[in-house]
Amino acid sequence: MEVYLDNSATTRCFDEVAELMKKIMCEDYGNPSSLHRKGVQAERYVRYATQTIAENLKGNEKEIFFTSGGTESDNLAIRGCAAANCRAGRHLITTQIEHPAVLKTMKHLEEEGFRVTYLPVDGRGCVSLSELQRAITGETILVSIMHTNNEVGTLQPIQEAGALIRKMNPRILFHVDAVQGFGKFRIYPKKMNIDLLSVSGHKIHGPKGVGFLYVDERVKIKPVVFGGGQQSGLRSGTENVPGIAGMAKAVEMIYGNLDRERERLYELKEAFCEGLLKIPDVVLNGHPGRDGAPHVVSASVRGVRSEVLLHALEDKGIYVSAGSACAARKPQPSTTLQAMGIDRELLGSTIRFSFSVFTTMEEINYTLQTMCDIIPVLRRFSRR
Amino acid sequence: MFTAFLIKYAEIGVKGKNRYLFEEALVRQIRYALKRCEGEFKVSRTPGRVYVEACSEFDFDETVDNLKTVFGISGICPVVHVEDEGFEKLCESVVSYMDTVYPDKDITFKVQARRSRKNYPMDSMELNREIGSAVLDAFPRIRVDVHEPQVLLHVEIREKIYIYSRIIPGPGGMPVGSNGKSMLLLSGGIDSPVAGYMIAKRGVKIDAVYFHAPPYTSDRAKQKVVDLAGIVSRYSGPIYLHIINFTDIQMYIYEKCPHEELTIIMRRYMMRIAQRLAEDTECMGLITGESIGQVASQTVQSLAVTNEVCTMPVFRPLIGFDKMEIVDISEKIGTYETSILPYEDCCTIFVAKHPVTKPNLNVIKRHETNLEEKIDELVQKALDTEEVIVVSSRR
Repeated sequence: MEVYLDNSATTRCFDEVAELMKKIMCEDYGNPSSLHRKGVQAERYVRYATQTIAENLKGNEKEIFFTSGGTESDNLAIRGCAAANCRAGRHLITTQIEHPAVLKTMKHLEEEGFRVTYLPVDGRGCVSLSELQRAITGETILVSIMHTNNEVGTLQPIQEAGALIRKMNPRILFHVDAVQGFGKFRIYPKKMNIDLLSVSGHKIHGPKGVGFLYVDERVKIKPVVFGGGQQSGLRSGTENVPGIAGMAKAVEMIYGNLDRERERLYELKEAFCEGLLKIPDVVLNGHPGRDGAPHVVSASVRGVRSEVLLHALEDKGIYVSAGSACAARKPQPSTTLQAMGIDRELLGSTIRFSFSVFTTMEEINYTLQTMCDIIPVLRRFSRR
Repeated sequence: MFTAFLIKYAEIGVKGKNRYLFEEALVRQIRYALKRCEGEFKVSRTPGRVYVEACSEFDFDETVDNLKTVFGISGICPVVHVEDEGFEKLCESVVSYMDTVYPDKDITFKVQARRSRKNYPMDSMELNREIGSAVLDAFPRIRVDVHEPQVLLHVEIREKIYIYSRIIPGPGGMPVGSNGKSMLLLSGGIDSPVAGYMIAKRGVKIDAVYFHAPPYTSDRAKQKVVDLAGIVSRYSGPIYLHIINFTDIQMYIYEKCPHEELTIIMRRYMMRIAQRLAEDTECMGLITGESIGQVASQTVQSLAVTNEVCTMPVFRPLIGFDKMEIVDISEKIGTYETSILPYEDCCTIFVAKHPVTKPNLNVIKRHETNLEEKIDELVQKALDTEEVIVVSSRR
């Protein structure tokens, strides 16, 4: 049995998406900027995608910019806003548990003379609004907070943070990295006072190499790549038409059945967490219940190194992640778990399970059974 | 401008009646290295020398870089070929050669002519003199020095005329395949690929064995070893990499023997298995990257205990090297970057906090008797389930 539980790393592409993309690559392969019919046809796919996504966010078409994925969206949002607004101030706020795409961009801006505040999180991985309130100064130009943490699935109080920021200073921009949250929740930027929103295609059963950045019309932002002036000059380069159309198709499919699917994922998660807690010395991180994301479960297994558990599960056909995939190839312990103040001994014993629309209860049960079988064996052979 | 290379070899030259075997091996290895290069080449052997001639367009730097991976080559001389169209034409060619190769002309030189085609109207002495004066006439700054010239300008009269003077140093050593075959114990570390390289340099063909311990070591760790073998195979020729699943043996030792002795007993079993594989694959020795005192299992006492299980010679080319010296070689041969990728190998996963550094052979042997019940069966199973990957350098 093959059980893929690493959906926060990436997801299997929907068949419908792959088929549409193949058609675009092999038949409707025009460049949207070309004047002829082939170009117009390609442009139509991009228009349709823009409309689909804009409607989904209750925004307008001019506010959607396609990028190469979550990392580029985060970079464009933060660097583009910092560059366009540095005269108003040079202070940025983010959290200690952001994805490296945000954290490393912030570090880079620090080298360029910006001041950055990294908000701490509580034991569940949640930022506090009072900390945010205290951090905001007259110099602050941008706040960036992720929607759903990629390592433990904690949901951040985005709506409340948006309201707070707007109340304190309506000129401060609010960026949300929604790479993990989009496709699981309805996100309406205008209602939630979000000015910029980063999304990636391959986390929602779309293709890799494509994503988008929502930029509220009122936001001043500068491009970070220059070229032929596509997408109002904010993101030059020929549009990735098959990727864009594929991602939009995935958005349509995911949001067509969002509420029922989320309910189903929560049921899987609850059953899974309940089963995990029956194994001695297993600790769950973040919010195991409905206060957390429906698709992420982070568990620390005392006495077993995460890498070993990962490979032992792999041997049984189960694919999981040690920490997050983006950090798993590096030996350092996860920054999120450290920020949450997880017991040092458990840092290296934490693995993440993440579900998708393809995950079934049968797979969950098989995984639980396998965990019950192998953990005692692995514990017998730990480093003495 | 250059269309051929004259290959100089050092140690082969002193071999006796079996010299042709060394030369054949050299030609074979040169052909193997040139497969990675753009273009068609003809490799030919005349008594005392090997020529590489380009039969098509080729990339000079790439070709030289690849020839530098062939053990046995002591020097690579880029050669210019010209047709014999009379002596005046020859002088023009030599002058233009000197002009291109030594643009600043601030050199001393001497002509070394050789007339393999004896019906050429001038003899070697005349050629030396006349060509030398043609060069001097063309470039007044160049001087002759017959005793210690900076440039020895070779002009050889054969069917065609060959002109060369530069010697690019080769790696030395002896051509792989001229000295039997040995089994390299390849981990993912810095030392073992270097050890393989050094033994291959003495003309030994290499097979390798890697001990894999899933789930404690990952597929990426295995891929790393395959990649390392790939880099070594640029020098050594194709490598048969034997991958042995060592987990059950390791677990069994872990359960039955004192923990401080785990590594040393494990290494004894690795040697035993490597030796079994070596016997089955016509290898005549084992190669390890051990260096005295580097880690607990490489003290003189530990090496003696490990060595006790071997009946074959064990080659340890790094035995007297410091870590930094080994690192320097690994950087030079291109394995360092891959070696330092952070994946655990099976020697590090269960290592004790204080492993024995002065093991006593009798004690170790006594503790190994704890394994009697199942160990032979486990070793046999590991051998039966080996995976073999043929690793060959890619273009």
